[in-house]
This record gives sequence, C-alpha cells and structure tokens, in this order.
Amino acid sequence: MTSELLSLTAAQAAERTRAGDLDPRELWDLYRERAGADDLGAYLWLPDDAPEMDASGPLGGVPLAVKDLFCVEDVPSTSGSRILEGYRPPYTATSVRKLVDAGAPMLGKTNMDEFAMGSSNENSGYGPVKNPWDESRVPGGSSGGSAAAVAAGLAPWAIGTDTGGSIRQPAALCGIVGLKPTYGAVSRYGMIAFASSLDQCGPLTRDVTDAALLFGQMTGRDPCDSTSLDYPADPRLPSAERLDGLRFGVPKELLDTEGIEPGVRAVFDTTVKRIEELGATVEEIALPHSGHGLAAYYVLAPAEASANLARYDGVRFGIRAEAPDLLSMYEETRAQGFGDEVKRRIMLGTYALSSGYYDAYYGQAQKVRTKIADDFRAAFERVDLIVTPTSPTTAFPLGARTGDPLAMYLSDVLAVPMSLAGIPAISIPGGLADGLPVGVQLAGPAFSEFEICDAAYALERAIGFGDLPWK
Amino acid sequence: MEVASARQYEPVIGLEIHVQLATDTKMFCGCELSFGLDPNTRTCPVCLGHPGVLPVPNRRAIEFGLMIGLALGCEIAPRSIFHRKNYFYPDNPKAFQISQYDVPLCSGGELAGVRVHRAHLEEDAAKLVHAGESGRIHGAEASVVDFNRAGTPLVEIVTEPDIHSAAEAAEWARLLRETLRALGVSDVNMDEGSLRVDGNVSIRPAGEATLGVKTELKNMNSFRFLERGLDAEIARQEGILREGGQVEQETLHFDNRTGALSSLRSKEEAHDYRYFPEPDLVPIAPTEAMIEMARAAIPELPLARAERFERDHDLPADSARLLAFRGEQGDFFEAALAVSPSDPRTLANYVVNDVPPGSAATPEAVAKLVDLIGAGTVSRGAAKEVLEVLAAEGGDPEQIVADRGLGAAGGDELGAIVDQAIAENAGAVEKIREGKDQAIGAIVGAVMRQTKGRADGGEVQKLIRERIGA
Ligand SMILES: [Zn+2]
Repeated sequence: MTSELLSLTAAQAAERTRAGDLDPRELWDLYRERAGADDLGAYLWLPDDAPEMDASGPLGGVPLAVKDLFCVEDVPSTSGSRILEGYRPPYTATSVRKLVDAGAPMLGKTNMDEFAMGSSNENSGYGPVKNPWDESRVPGGSSGGSAAAVAAGLAPWAIGTDTGGSIRQPAALCGIVGLKPTYGAVSRYGMIAFASSLDQCGPLTRDVTDAALLFGQMTGRDPCDSTSLDYPADPRLPSAERLDGLRFGVPKELLDTEGIEPGVRAVFDTTVKRIEELGATVEEIALPHSGHGLAAYYVLAPAEASANLARYDGVRFGIRAEAPDLLSMYEETRAQGFGDEVKRRIMLGTYALSSGYYDAYYGQAQKVRTKIADDFRAAFERVDLIVTPTSPTTAFPLGARTGDPLAMYLSDVLAVPMSLAGIPAISIPGGLADGLPVGVQLAGPAFSEFEICDAAYALERAIGFGDLPWK
Repeated sequence: MEVASARQYEPVIGLEIHVQLATDTKMFCGCELSFGLDPNTRTCPVCLGHPGVLPVPNRRAIEFGLMIGLALGCEIAPRSIFHRKNYFYPDNPKAFQISQYDVPLCSGGELAGVRVHRAHLEEDAAKLVHAGESGRIHGAEASVVDFNRAGTPLVEIVTEPDIHSAAEAAEWARLLRETLRALGVSDVNMDEGSLRVDGNVSIRPAGEATLGVKTELKNMNSFRFLERGLDAEIARQEGILREGGQVEQETLHFDNRTGALSSLRSKEEAHDYRYFPEPDLVPIAPTEAMIEMARAAIPELPLARAERFERDHDLPADSARLLAFRGEQGDFFEAALAVSPSDPRTLANYVVNDVPPGSAATPEAVAKLVDLIGAGTVSRGAAKEVLEVLAAEGGDPEQIVADRGLGAAGGDELGAIVDQAIAENAGAVEKIREGKDQAIGAIVGAVMRQTKGRADGGEVQKLIRERIGA
C-alpha cells in the first residue's frame, strides 16, 4: 500500500482524494513520516501537527514542500541563512497562501543555498543537501532541498525559486521536472528577495502534469506585487502526444559553450531526435548575445542583492551581534550572519553600483540584458520553442567546486539567458549519463507556460524516463 | 587697491523642501499616517522592511505630486522612475530609501521668480529617540526607533540657487507653504516636521557670476530659524573669506537654542548612495486624464490671489499678500467684500489688523461696519472700538453702536463742541490766521477728546475753518 501510494504522482493522488478514494490524511502521514526520516538534509523545518485536511480544492490536499525562501507566518523562514536564524515572519507569501488555499498543505521548509546564491546547495547556512541518486554528489541549487525531496519521495511536489537557474538546474541534477515561469506571472510577495528583477517561483515535480497543475494555481496579479500581471490564459493540464507543426530552435552559441559534458551532449542529441520523431522541425538558431549572459547576470544579480540584503542589519529581526557601537554592531552581525558566497556577492554588487563604476558595470550589464531579450524575441519569430541542455554537467561531487566560484557559476550558463529575458523555461529529465540524470530545457515566449508544458509532456512520454532513485 | 575686508559679498541660496503629504496611508503600504500616536502602532511588514515584502505605490501620493508639480509650473515626466538610495541607519528599515533620482516626477518650474529645479516623490524615514545626555546616537545610552513615520509619503522640492538673502529665503518658503496649504496636499506644519526646509548656501563677491563652495544647512524648523540659520551661515562664510580662508563643502546642523552651527559631515564623509532603479516598481506613467484631474483640483493659489486682490480691489501690495498668504483671512475678506464692496481698502485693513482668525466677528458684521462708516453713521475712530467688541463678543455693529453711544457726533451737538474748543484755544486760532495751518491739530484734538473719537476728523476740520473764516 505504502509503495503504491508513494508511486502516485501528485496529480494522480489529488484525483483520488478529490474522488473520495483516498484519505488525504493518509497521504500526509506517509510523507510526513518520510520527511521526518530525511537523511539527505533536504528539510530545514517540519510541522509537529498535521494541518486541517481538505481534499476539495484543485490540489486535493496533496502536501507541498516549500523552499525556505518563502515567508510563512509564524514558521521559521531563514532563506538558508544564519542571519535569519529564529526569524518567524508575521505574514505569508502570496504564492504559498494561494497553494495552501487551493488544497496543498505545507509539508515542511526545504534547504537551499543561502539567499538562493549557489548552484550546489553547499552554500546553505544549515549544511549541504545530498543528491538522492548518489549521496556523494550535490543536488544542484539553489532549490536543492526541494529538488532532492521530490526526487527522493520525501515530498509529492515542491516549490522553489529561480533567479538564474535555481529551479531548473537542481531539477535537472535530481532527475525531476522544474518550471521557471515568466517574470511577473507569479507574485513575488513574501519571497525573500535575492535579485528582484529576476526572481520567480515555480514548481519542482515528478512530472510535467504535476508542474502544470501546481503552476496553474500560482499565477495571477497580486495587489502586493506591482510587477505581477494577470495571467492571460486559463490553467490547463497538458495532453499533447505529438509535436506536429511545432518548430524548435537549438541556439548555436549556447550549445558551443565550453564544458558541456559528452554524456549530457549525448542525451541532448537523442532528445532532439525524439523531438523530430514526434513531428516537429528542429533548426539551428542564433542568440548572438547569449554568450554574455552569465557575465551580465553576475553584475545585475549581485547589484540588486547588495541592496536587498542590506536590511539584515541586526536592528529589527534575526541575529544581532553585541558590539560597543552602531557601526561595529552592523559589521559584526553581518560578518557572523552571512556566509562566504553571500559576502562575495554583496561586495561584487556594491562595487558594481559604486559611483564611478556604475556605467561600466551595472549600466553595461543592463544593455546586454536588453540585447539578450531582443535576441529571444527575434528567435521566437522563427521558432516556437528553444531547446538546450539545462546544465552543462550532471551532478558533481560534493566539494568539487566550492573552492572555485567561477566553475560553480558556469553550472547556470545555459539557464541564465532565459532569466535575463524574463521568459519561461522548463527542465525535464532527458535520460541518464553514467547513472546520473540529465536535464533538457525547453523555453518559450512570455506566458507560454502551458504550451511549453504541452510540448514537454509529449516529449516526456516519448522519453519514458520515469526513474526515481527510490523506485 | 581693493581691500578684502571692504569687499561686498552676495549670498547665493537654494532651498530643499521636504513636504509630508497628507494622504490617508503611507507611500508604499496600507498603514495609516499618524502623528503623536504611541510608538510603533502604525506599522506593517512592508514599512518595517521585513524580508520578502514589496512596495506598492500610493496613487493619491502620485496625484498630490502631480498637483504640486503643476502648481509650480513644472514639466511632468511621461515616465518617471523610482530608485533605491542605499545607506545604513537604524531609521532606514530596508537600508535603502525609495526615492527618485535621474527622472523625477516634476522638473523645471518657477514660483515668484525662484526657479524650481525638480520635485520628486520619496518615503520618509522612521524616528530615532536617543536616551542619554548627548541626544544624538553617539554617546547615547540607548536608542529606540519609532516606525510610525517610516514610509510617510514625501515630496522633495529643490530650487535653483536663485535666492540672495536669508529674508528672501524665508519669505519665499512662506509663500511655498501657503501654496502647498492651498493645494490641500500637506499639513505644512514645521513644528511637527510635515514641512522641512534645508538651505544650500554659498557666497561670492558681488557682481561675479561663478558660484562659491556651498554648504548644506539642516534642522531649521521654523521660518524664523531658517532666516537666522542662513544669516549665521552667510556671516560665517564671509568671516572665512575675509580672513583669506576657504569655505569647506560640508553639511551643517543649526542649533535653534544657541544659534550655533556644527558640522554633521564633511565632503570626505559624504555617502555614495549607489542609486539604481528600484526593480520592485514599474515607472510612473501618468495618463492625460490623471494630469487633467490634478490640474482641475488646483484651486486659486496665493500668488495669483494676491495679484487679484491688488488688481481688482486696489489693495496695497502688502495687505494683498497678507490676506492671500493667510488663506483663512483671505476667505474672510472675500466673504465680507461680497456683502460690502464699497471700500475694500478699509475692509482689508480691518481683516488684517483687527479680526484675528478665530475671533467672534463674522464677515457680515465687519462688512456692515464698513457700510456704517461709509454712511457717516460711525466715525473711523469709533469703528475701532466696535471692532474690538465684534472680535471679542461678536454681535451686530449697529446694535453695538447704539448700546454704547458710539454714533458719530454731528449737527448741533458737534457744532457746540467745536465752538467750545475754538474758544478754549485762542492761541491756536491766532496761529492758523497767521498761516500756521498745522496749529489746527490742537483744536481738532480737543474736539476728539470731547467726543471720545466719535467725530469724523475731516468734518471737524471743515467746521473749524468755517467758524474762524480761515
Ligand atoms: Zn506599513
């Protein structure tokens, strides 16, 4: 019974609970017990008591793991940082509230890179997360806890956030599905900000159907978020079996990126063949400025972060260091509370915004960002969707890149351009390379999530991945 | 050879005015505005700068900003943007202030000959209270923060350096305050900090065009202190230059009690605010309809009203300004004028000098009194007494005149009093006949004393001349 329950996708489980064939409490107990026995470091907090169970909503009472970056009223919310140790927000993030209201009670808070800065989850202030496929390897990041929990069957589904790949890359490395929505499609209110102009939250799920189901309940304009927009389409679940008539583009510049592992390349090439077999055309396209995406990203995101993280000053919440005067209190609190990578990015960002350097760094990076968005716009005149590997590599060993920030940053080289352009992209498992999952990324124009999910669904069926480490 | 100490200097002053807007709620959250409430009772996660919160602009604040910009003759930017101004301080909960930087809502206006450089929207800081003798954060035993004020909508108005004396600066700031008051966009209370004026001051040898090194002067919380502070700073700079020194660019704090200026920070300590566009907000793009609504909401402004009083009612410039720059008295004047349009100057004089705001007198009563003077029923001297009663107790002027016997002396009564005065002032009569006309004053004075001011001075002179044949 247990393994049968466990093998249900979230959408399948919701269908049963809504039909009255399954008590959602049974589902809760199963996952709460598994989450409690988590030995991957995937969770940072679990509730003591079961919530009121209600299977009547569209999400059927299927429990949801929530990245620790989301504020939840009275629940520890640290964004993976020691500086917010003990912090319990006085309010709940809009996206979490919407999902709970739609019938997905919160199962727990998941581990992450501190303030979402990282690609391996090793920057967490509360210890790393292990990849359930190989516990000596990283799960990716920054939503590493959410990805590992879903892949290991410690949660039916999860939400995470993606600033420059933080949903897609861990989804790829853990062999699950991760969807980064269009910027503005989902409210950011209550998401502890990393880089405000890039942050978006989205689902991490076992399959594309679950991702579409969860995403459909997250969207919409929020009066608390001036940058959020009404979603222009009604939610729907994917059903396409073929890709007839669709045009796919493979961006030359991104595929030429140095460091794409042969195993990743092989899975990608196979996937492209499958796309053609399903009736779509595949052509090479140009995204001429995408090669500069990572450089622009590592100016813009740290610049915004340097301001977003300035509020952690020891005055109102989180930890406060005892010090003889105000300046030392600020310095000591931040020295103790932030990890190395966060400090590195605050320094980078502060420098990029400094008087005399602004134009050369921040101003220039904004121009590159505009060019990259223009590149995508032009590309979508020719093709419907763009396909790339999600990450140049499979999951790498714990500790392999902690001493080399630039190598770590390269993990997101294929994911960052879409973030800069604000467009949606999904990562689905394409197959295995040396026993480790490889993700394939599909990107489309703004607000094309359901079209992307349709194509990803057809491809998912053709690939027939279905593997998860506990199966 | 010119001696440095004899050289004349010209002050060059620009003002920066922070105006707290009288909206119902704060600039970027739904908290009510408040003054004098218990600390930290008007706060929410947004204005406390909690993790994950986002600002949502207050539409009313933008409308008020548009009204101010239009009233000052500014251009309205089709798309103005908010920036983050980064600095650490306990009164700044996010460690950045949301303000406007290179594209402000309003730019390039003018008020009474002083050009307005810009007017932009921003949010106010929280209030710090320091325990201990220093009263400042350095040396405080403890400091506490009241976030009720944090996030209050502000418009910052920056003038060009078009002002050339402290008195002129204070006068212009008064006009600006009355203009803002007329717009109804702010309480403009300097005591409570809803209007805060900082000055940028430099001096240069009279007649030269280049600007000297400027200092910024803060904490002048009344027009009197503004004038005193600016004068003190002008004198300080003159002293430095006369001794052959150089003015340093710095920010100065004016102590209201001692009149002393102390340095808050030097140029080296100036912040690098690392402005960048606020990614959590979209540009403000006012529609034509919004701009037209804001324009339509602007009432007649004090400057225009003063000009109208001068032009249409032939008032002297100073009383026209006094009435126009004190909106309540201007309204009183106009209400009285509607009843009695015959003598605006007398009416204006009474409203300015004799019926303070909040007195018991009604515009109708003051108007009626002016009519009684015009009809010769009450003398101007007696009218002053009637005004005192009106201001203190209210009532009907005709009744007051009757009850107190203040009716103008005239006819046989006045004739008899004049005859008596002539008889008692033979010396004065002689002098008048010798051509020393001013001697008539003694006789007039005697008549006035006798009538207790109820007689009309012109009438009395006429009677005297008739009787002595001069
Ligand atoms: Zn508030």
